[in-house]
Amino acid sequence: MKNLKLLTNPLNNENPITVQVLGICSALAVTVQMKPAIVMALSVTVVTAFSNLIISLGRNTIPPRIRIIIQLVVVAFLVIVVDQVLKAYVYDVSKKLSVFVGLIITNCIIMGRLEAFAMSNKPWDSLLDGIGSGAGYGLVLIAISTLREFFGSGSLMGFQVIPEGFYQMGYKDNGMMILPPMALISVGIIIWVQRSFNKKLIEN
Amino acid sequence: MKSIRKYIDRIKPNFEKGGKFEKLSSTFDAFETFLFVPDKVTQSGAHIRDSLDMKRTMTVVIIALIPALLFGIYNAGYQHFLSIGVTKTFWEVFGLGFLKVLPIIIVSYVTGLAIEFIFAQIRGHEVNEGFLVSGMLIPLIMPVDVPLWMVAVSTAFAVIIGKEVFGGTGMNILNPALTARAFLFFAYPSEMTGDKIWIAGLTKGENVIDGFSGATPLGNLAQGIMGHLPNDTDAFLGFMPGSIGETSKLAILIGAFILLYTGVGSWKIMLSTFAGGLFLGLVFNAFAANDYMTLPAYRHFLYGGFTFGAVFMATDPVTASQTETGKWIYGFLTGMLAILIRVLNPAYPEGMMLAILLMNVFAPLIDYYVVESNIGRRLRRLKKVTVNNVN
Repeated sequence: MKNLKLLTNPLNNENPITVQVLGICSALAVTVQMKPAIVMALSVTVVTAFSNLIISLGRNTIPPRIRIIIQLVVVAFLVIVVDQVLKAYVYDVSKKLSVFVGLIITNCIIMGRLEAFAMSNKPWDSLLDGIGSGAGYGLVLIAISTLREFFGSGSLMGFQVIPEGFYQMGYKDNGMMILPPMALISVGIIIWVQRSFNKKLIEN
Repeated sequence: MKSIRKYIDRIKPNFEKGGKFEKLSSTFDAFETFLFVPDKVTQSGAHIRDSLDMKRTMTVVIIALIPALLFGIYNAGYQHFLSIGVTKTFWEVFGLGFLKVLPIIIVSYVTGLAIEFIFAQIRGHEVNEGFLVSGMLIPLIMPVDVPLWMVAVSTAFAVIIGKEVFGGTGMNILNPALTARAFLFFAYPSEMTGDKIWIAGLTKGENVIDGFSGATPLGNLAQGIMGHLPNDTDAFLGFMPGSIGETSKLAILIGAFILLYTGVGSWKIMLSTFAGGLFLGLVFNAFAANDYMTLPAYRHFLYGGFTFGAVFMATDPVTASQTETGKWIYGFLTGMLAILIRVLNPAYPEGMMLAILLMNVFAPLIDYYVVESNIGRRLRRLKKVTVNNVN
């Protein structure tokens, strides 16, 4: 039961993006289309999960004074692995993500989970927490990218969804959806929707 | 009149607490106070009240907008017939313009008010009157050929994201009408910029006479074309392409007079906006590094939306600075920024929209420092007085 909570809490009540407001920068940058967003979500999940696991395994031997450096080394190592895998198997998406794969190192969610959870919890719990956090991040990423790709390019996963007839009748793709400001507004709308369903999140 | 009052009084209990249509009470309230001056009385303390509540204020602004609207309607028809080289009577011209502009007004009002009413019902407060003005401003700052569904989308965006998210009328940071325009400008640039959209029917290009260009003066200037500018009389009266309400400076000045006479618009903001524009225009004239910079400073007011923005948009009491000193700073910077964007950034031929939105964001900061400096000044004065008294 407790283990399940570790997985499901970050999806809603403790969502990294919409509740803790971490990792916003990459959420704005890689959500123009769904494909890169999904790849990004998976990459971050892998990095969070395994860095959590590794740090949790060594939490009793890591000297507190240099823990940040050690955490960074672990995260950087995992990011390089992920980057190489992406380059090998999904080269075009890896091109699109460009620097943002490398910038996973600076993603606040990862450091946040390492400091707040992995340093003081058992490996198995930490792994689950990492997967949960990554999934919570990914969920929001996919939601934003669906909105943005649908209204901004009229497609989903690269396939044209809005029929050609609409365009002939005068419909036009919304250019603002492709620009970063609209991603921020989309995040805001998602937070609004989430809070209107989940009253626990509303501060007094 | 009496029969309406009686009818309203008769159905009123249905909308009060416990009545049949309790949920629709704000809708009822909106119509009742729209028709009659509300008879609500303050319960405690001494207050002086007159009938100038927010609805009356908004009505004054609407009246002030009517000259610009009427001329905009006429100009829409006039420019269309000019582009196809046909001469028509006044009423035919006006009628065509009316048919072009009316749908935009209807779409803007229906979309905006529908959203306002829905939010008022959900939140259980009165329907905000603010949209009465925004709904009229939005059509006036659109190009005449804008597709109606885009008007609806941008109005919905402006009302929801620009206003209701912040808590409705009076809470918004950005001017809703300009938010709508900025949304369209960035979302559908091909419909909001260029030299075809400003004249009805020009995008289709039927029967257009050879060599006719629908470019606005600012569009020409941004491309560095100095030759095709209208003469000052035409520009002042408004016989040139542009957004529906912005072309006639005469009509806008009549509106400005109404706003100033009734005290609804702030003369400080209007004056300082023009001063800011004139100042930077003169600075550019002094440098005169390119053709655009040599444009006489006063002519910036004649082209595009500068005058319209300064009179109707920058003076929006909600989004402008509230402090009296702040109003001078706010207006001056708005004017300067508008000219700065126009002259130095060819990607944005008209800078007024962005200038006002930007200064809307800064208005609270300006107010903050004005208040802080006032507190500081009074503290110093107090110190001086106490020091003198001790001596």
